[in-house]
Amino acid sequence: MSNIPAELRYVESHEWLRLEADGTITVGITDHAQEALGDVVFVELPDVGAELEAGQEAGVVESVKAASDIYAPIAGEIVAVNEDLVDAPESVNSEPYDAWFFRIKPSNPDDYNELLDADGYREICENA
Amino acid sequence: MGQRTPLYEQHVALGAKMVDFGGWDMPLHYGSQMEEHHQVRKDCGVFDVSHMTVVDVTGPQAQAYLQYLLANDVARLTTPGKALYSGMLNERGGVIDDLIVYLTDFGYRVVVNAATRDKDLAWMQQQVAKFDATLTERPELAMLAIQGPNARSKTAKLVSAARAEIITDLKPFQGLPEGEWFIARTGYTGEDGLEIMLPAADAQQLMTDLAGAGIPPAGLGARDTLRLEAGMNLYGQDMNEDISPLAANMGWTIAWEPAERDFIGRSVLEAQKAAGDQPKLVGLVLEERGVLRAHQVVRVDGLGEGEITSGSFSPTLGLSIALARVPAGTGERAEVEIRGKWLPVRVVAANFVRHGKALI
Repeated sequence: MSNIPAELRYVESHEWLRLEADGTITVGITDHAQEALGDVVFVELPDVGAELEAGQEAGVVESVKAASDIYAPIAGEIVAVNEDLVDAPESVNSEPYDAWFFRIKPSNPDDYNELLDADGYREICENA
Repeated sequence: MGQRTPLYEQHVALGAKMVDFGGWDMPLHYGSQMEEHHQVRKDCGVFDVSHMTVVDVTGPQAQAYLQYLLANDVARLTTPGKALYSGMLNERGGVIDDLIVYLTDFGYRVVVNAATRDKDLAWMQQQVAKFDATLTERPELAMLAIQGPNARSKTAKLVSAARAEIITDLKPFQGLPEGEWFIARTGYTGEDGLEIMLPAADAQQLMTDLAGAGIPPAGLGARDTLRLEAGMNLYGQDMNEDISPLAANMGWTIAWEPAERDFIGRSVLEAQKAAGDQPKLVGLVLEERGVLRAHQVVRVDGLGEGEITSGSFSPTLGLSIALARVPAGTGERAEVEIRGKWLPVRVVAANFVRHGKALI
């Protein structure tokens, strides 16, 4: 069974979200997602400053097997991206909850509380 | 639920992620496709390829039949067990399948792809009617491919003395029987290794013995990246019934001599060769970050467009490679469109890694 930390929020497209002290939100892909993808070999990150709608494409993660889009799980502005990931894409497999993709400043901070909690996301994974 | 090989339970017990492949439930990987790939390049690993179709050809006209059926010429097989690779073409010169034929003491043994089994057998049956020859499918045989630089030496330690002697003495592209086993020095990885056809119960035991000797299983994922690095075609992806072997880097498998040998598709291939109008299958190397994938468009300056037929990340080279069908005059440079951006690629011979060594 994949690891689903209780303190994070999730969306159905298998991104996790973590609310930071400064109100920004860090985004990555879940353990379940990395396991389904297999060995990750390439990531493409969004541009800092990009304004994205929830559900809009925000990047790409490619495994040996296939390419998969990464979506903005919440509307807002990209304020930081994890450049380290470009040189070490395999960390998405080994440390999915440390290997963050980008940070987003939400347009509406309340959106975060509407997202799936760990139990809600676990249900989605189990029914997949 | 798909068809299952005799090793299905073992795959599941080993933690395989099972996927559908041509109607068969097959292992994609057992944890990491990448590790399995490196394991085969550096040491050895074992693939279950029991889904592949084995057909024996017997009878007084077995040779004449195969000389007509195949673009390569089985008369070239003169020593026992010697094998050759060939396309089986339709009348339009398109590739119905690619296969290996072994010369045996009973006639010939042909190994064709799993996903194309039904159409291959139908075609082979239709063509055999004109010959005094018989086709016998051997679905009871399992097949293990043990591949890698240490595959032969490690496997030889696990089998009977007689089988070990065959494994040690086999020449490349040769296969010989021993009891109910047929042991061949062939493969689909660009490494030395064996393909062993054997009864189901023996295959289960051998798989267990191999695991006990530290030879891990490898799945279809690693099989695909290994064959791509070796520049070997995958049927249905790099060629199909509408593609000439001349456009699939299979020109070397067409036996033009003797000129009087008529084989299916010959006249079409001769016209294509004379016209020089066929595109070519080449290798591409992406020098920037990104991953080349099948069906991406290739642009060749001044010549037009082509298409990637197989693409992936190359675990051995640490960058992305592909096979692509491009205009005949393509030189050393081209561009590939990835998500709306045109990225430069180097055009190379379709052969990236052999015997553990990078060729590009």
